[in-house]
Amino acid sequence: MKKKNWNGFLIAGCVLTGVLVALMLLGKFWTPWSPTAMDAKAMYQPPSLTHLFGTDKFGRDIFSRVMQGGGTTLTIALATIAIGAALGTLVGAVTGYFGGIVDDALMRLNDALTAFPSILLALLIISLVGPGKYNVVLALGIVFIPSFARVMRTQFASLRDVNYIISARLMGAGQLRIMTVHMLPNTMRTLLPALTIGFNNAVLAEASMSYLGIGVTPPDASLGNMLRDAQSALGRAPWYAILTGVMIALLVFGVGLIGEGLQKRDQEVD
Amino acid sequence: MNEHTKQQNSDLVLEVRHVNGGYRKGGLLGRGAFKQILFDVDFQVRHGEIVGLVGESGSGKSTLAKLILGLLRPESGQIVHHTPRPQIIFQDPYSSLNPAYDVEWILEEPLKVYGKYDRAERKRRVRDILARVELDERFLSCRPDELSGGQRQRVSIAAALIRRPRFLIADEPVSALDVTVQAQVLRLMRNLREELDLSYLFISHDLNVVYQICDRVLVLKGGVIVEQGEVEEVFRAPQHEYTKRLLAAAE
Repeated sequence: MKKKNWNGFLIAGCVLTGVLVALMLLGKFWTPWSPTAMDAKAMYQPPSLTHLFGTDKFGRDIFSRVMQGGGTTLTIALATIAIGAALGTLVGAVTGYFGGIVDDALMRLNDALTAFPSILLALLIISLVGPGKYNVVLALGIVFIPSFARVMRTQFASLRDVNYIISARLMGAGQLRIMTVHMLPNTMRTLLPALTIGFNNAVLAEASMSYLGIGVTPPDASLGNMLRDAQSALGRAPWYAILTGVMIALLVFGVGLIGEGLQKRDQEVD
Repeated sequence: MNEHTKQQNSDLVLEVRHVNGGYRKGGLLGRGAFKQILFDVDFQVRHGEIVGLVGESGSGKSTLAKLILGLLRPESGQIVHHTPRPQIIFQDPYSSLNPAYDVEWILEEPLKVYGKYDRAERKRRVRDILARVELDERFLSCRPDELSGGQRQRVSIAAALIRRPRFLIADEPVSALDVTVQAQVLRLMRNLREELDLSYLFISHDLNVVYQICDRVLVLKGGVIVEQGEVEEVFRAPQHEYTKRLLAAAE
């Protein structure tokens, strides 16, 4: 591959995502206020210099909670796409490379999984294993496998009869080596943008599930369950819902820009 | 193969014996309909020979290459190799090198897979083969898309030769190159035959190229070898109507 250039999308996306991620990582160690410290005298305060994003019904600092809750959301999204992408790539590689009956069987199973709306499928899994951070990751991870499997299957299938793969086979490279060493690096230009889309879907899915009360459970904060909190005070403290929502939107927007930038960059190279 | 035939055929690198071949449309269970491409194909390649295989597209040239390489099984007949596994050089120099890696990796990989040489020996062999295809060592760190078509084809040849096979199948190896580069690559292939004691099956639709490099030629039409013989002979006095037409078209 030629030297790849940065483009506007990529730079803007990396800066925006970088700032947000830095903020959320920082939230793991330090926040301006304790995210769980209640203050009965400071309920529902509007944004000010003391409380950048205002306070919630217990007088907790919303900005501090966003920093910490954002970190939780981020971790869940990353873990989710890690599971989805790893297993999806595995399924895609096996089905795409071998084809035949294995392909038919696994892909029909894939279709069956895809037929459920993903949130419904996640709900189903949560109802079996119960709510909580780790179970959300498990449920969403499983839900994300089919889309990655489908994308990666196409990639591996299209590489199967390419000349350099035929050459690798002729010189006696094993199937595992062909899939991992010879094929996998050539799927990256598809996998990377798919990861950014998957990440965003995972952030939104976590937010939806926590909003519905089946995701991250209090006292843990996440952007999703903060939004749920904020909803009950929409009239008294609209900034709570707005600012939390904006944080979700910015995170998704930033990563979306990176994905767009990656695709643009590959098009420039071709 | 017993001792006797080995002795008798020590001069041969490849025997294709009455081969019928083609493709089966894959059914989910069992075997689908058979589409025969090659009919009773029978020829030999002798040690040190460059045998041309000519014919229009659709005549079965690539199918024959796949059969010889073992990528496809013959329906009937036999393909006997008297050398280690043959390697192939493809027409399209853009899809024959893995775009994710540099030249050094591409050349070293066949040796890694082979597993008999340590790192130092592998590096030595990579440099040796690179010199033989007349490329500078600075290309080792280049990715395929930083190379020209001719350079890529040289790397493809090097990769095919790094394990020192004795027999190469060249599937339209110069058809994608412009004329001056064609001549250079043909000269290289001829030199390598002497230096490394190679035989080639040289597949081409370009009769001029075949005339330049081949000793013998097979003419394939509709999956049947309609004529074979010394290049000079066949080009001077073609017997089959189809060969005459091919030659007339190439004038």
